[in-house]
Amino acid sequence: MIWDKSIESMPLDKLKHIQSDRLKNIVKNVYENVPFYKRSFNLNDINVKDIKSIDDIHKLPFTRKTDLRDNYPFGMFAVPMEEIVEIHASSGTTGNPTVVAYTKNDLKLWATVMARAICIAGGTKGDIIQNAYGYGLFTGGLGVHYGALETGITIVPMSSGNTMKQLQLMRDFSTTIITCTPSYSLFMAEEALENGFNPKETTLRIGIFGAEPWTEQMRKKIEEIWNITALDIYGLSEIIGPGVAQECIGKNGLHIFSDHFYPEIIDPVTGKVVENGNEGELVITTLTKEAIPLIRYRTGDIVSLNYTQCDACGRTLPRISKVKGRTDDMLIIRGINVFPSQIESVLLNIKGAQPHYQLIIDRRHSLDTIEIQVEVDENFFSDEIKKLEMLKQKIKKEIDSVLSLSVDVSLVEPKSLSRSVGKAKRVIDKRNL
Amino acid sequence: MKVKQLSIFLENKVGRLLETTEVLAGQNINIRAMSIAETSDFGIVRLIVENVDNACKLLKMHDFTVEITEVIAVEVDDRPGQLARVLRTLQDNNLNIEYCYAFVERNQDKAVIILRMENIDKSIDTLVNNEIKVLTQEELFK
Repeated sequence: MIWDKSIESMPLDKLKHIQSDRLKNIVKNVYENVPFYKRSFNLNDINVKDIKSIDDIHKLPFTRKTDLRDNYPFGMFAVPMEEIVEIHASSGTTGNPTVVAYTKNDLKLWATVMARAICIAGGTKGDIIQNAYGYGLFTGGLGVHYGALETGITIVPMSSGNTMKQLQLMRDFSTTIITCTPSYSLFMAEEALENGFNPKETTLRIGIFGAEPWTEQMRKKIEEIWNITALDIYGLSEIIGPGVAQECIGKNGLHIFSDHFYPEIIDPVTGKVVENGNEGELVITTLTKEAIPLIRYRTGDIVSLNYTQCDACGRTLPRISKVKGRTDDMLIIRGINVFPSQIESVLLNIKGAQPHYQLIIDRRHSLDTIEIQVEVDENFFSDEIKKLEMLKQKIKKEIDSVLSLSVDVSLVEPKSLSRSVGKAKRVIDKRNL
Repeated sequence: MKVKQLSIFLENKVGRLLETTEVLAGQNINIRAMSIAETSDFGIVRLIVENVDNACKLLKMHDFTVEITEVIAVEVDDRPGQLARVLRTLQDNNLNIEYCYAFVERNQDKAVIILRMENIDKSIDTLVNNEIKVLTQEELFK
C-alpha cells in the first residue's frame, strides 16, 4: 500500500508548486529566526524576495556539517527552547557531537515519512517489526519506532545487540520485518546457524537495512541466507534521521520524500548542480522542518538522481541510487559515523602530542573491527609495562567515549607505519563493501 | 648513587631485538646486563651499558624509541640469602619495587642487583643506612 497516495504519486509539475511554496516559507523563516542564515544570506547578497520558486534554490548558499559544529549546541535552532521536545546527537568531525532537535510537528513529520518508508518496503497491518536499530541518541531506533506507531504495525523495540535473545524472540513472536544494519543481519544469521537453527525457517519476510553502505552482493547474500526481501533505507540525523528515502520492491533506487526533503546533486568541487542522472554529492533542503531547518545541506554522500516514474510501485517521487561513496574521509563502522579527525583529537588530548597512527578496519564474521596502531615515540614511551598498558587502556576508553565504538589499540615502533608524501594514508579499510 | 639504565621499546616481532644488539655492537658498546619485560604485542628491553648517553643517541639515530631510566645498583656477596636480605630491608621500610634483575661480577664473588624503585631517593638512603652497598655509575664499571 501507499501511505500517502496523493503525494507519493503526484505528478511532478504539481509537486513543484507545493515545493515552491514551502521553499519560500522556509527561506523567510530561517532568515528571520536563525542568525547563521541571516549572516549567510547577507554575506552572499541574497534577498529573500529573490526566491520565488523551487527553481531559484540554486541561488541559496550551502550548509555544511562544520556550520552545525560551529553553532554547537543550539545555535541552529529556529524556534525557542520551549518548543523543542526531543534532542538527539550524532558524530561530529572533532570533539563535539552534532546536535539535532525536533518540535512536536517535526516528530509528526518523522513519523509520517517513516510510515511512508515502512509501506514502501512492503510493511502492512499484521506485520510485526523487530527493531534492532539502537535506541537512544542514535536516531535509527526511535525513527523506526515512531513510524511503526504511526502505521499501527506492531513493533518490538529490541534495540541492537543481545543476539541470542533477538533470535529467540524472532521465533517466539513470529516477527515478520527486521530493521537493523545489514552487517548485523548477517551476524545474526551466522549466530543462528552456529546454534543449530536455520534463518530461512523464521517468519521474516522483509528487512529494512541502513545506517551503513552495502552492496548488491551483500543484498543477495542477506536475501539468500534469510529468504527475505532486503531493502535499503536512507537517512541522516541532520535532515530527520532514517526516513529521508526508502527503496521499493523494484530494487532500483530509493524514493526520496522530496515534498519535505528537496534533493539536488552537485559537483562537490565546483558546487554546481549536475545534469540529471549524473553522480554527485547529495544536497538536501528541509522544506518543512521547524526546529532545525537546513538550506542546501551537503550530505557528503555520492548518489545519482532518477526522476522517472517507478515501474515497480508507480510512485512519482524521485529515486536516489544506493550511496556510492563519500566526498570526505568519513567512515561508517558498525553503523556509526567515524571521522579520522576525531581519533586524532583523542590522541592529541592524551599527551598533547600528535603521534603517527593508522586505522585498520576489517570485517570478521560480519562485524566491523577497528584497530588503531599508534607509534610510541618519546612522548608516549614509559619504562614501565603497566604505564604502557594504562596508555593503551586510556586510548581505548577515550575513543569509546567519543565515538561509542570499541576499538583495539596496538602500540608499535616509530617509523613502522608507512609514511606518504602529501596527505597521510591514515586509514586502511580491508572490508570488501 | 644513581645508575643510568637504557630502556628501549620494541614490538614483539622477529628481528627487533637482533637489530638493537647489532646497532650497539656496531659501535663497540658492551652490554653488562639485560632484562626484557614483554607483553603480547610489545616489550621493553632494559640494558646496563657503560656509555649510556652515547648508546642512547646511537639508538635514537636508528629510530628506536629509547629513554634513560635511573635505577639503583646494589652489590652483594654472591651467596645464598643476599638477595633476600636486600628485599627484606626494602619491604620493612615500605619501599615499593617496580622491577629488578641481577647479574654476577666477573672477577669477584659478587653479584649486582639492579632495582627500579617507586621512590629512588628514599630507597638509596634506606639501603645505605642498613649497610647495603649501593654502587655509583663509576663503581659499576670499574
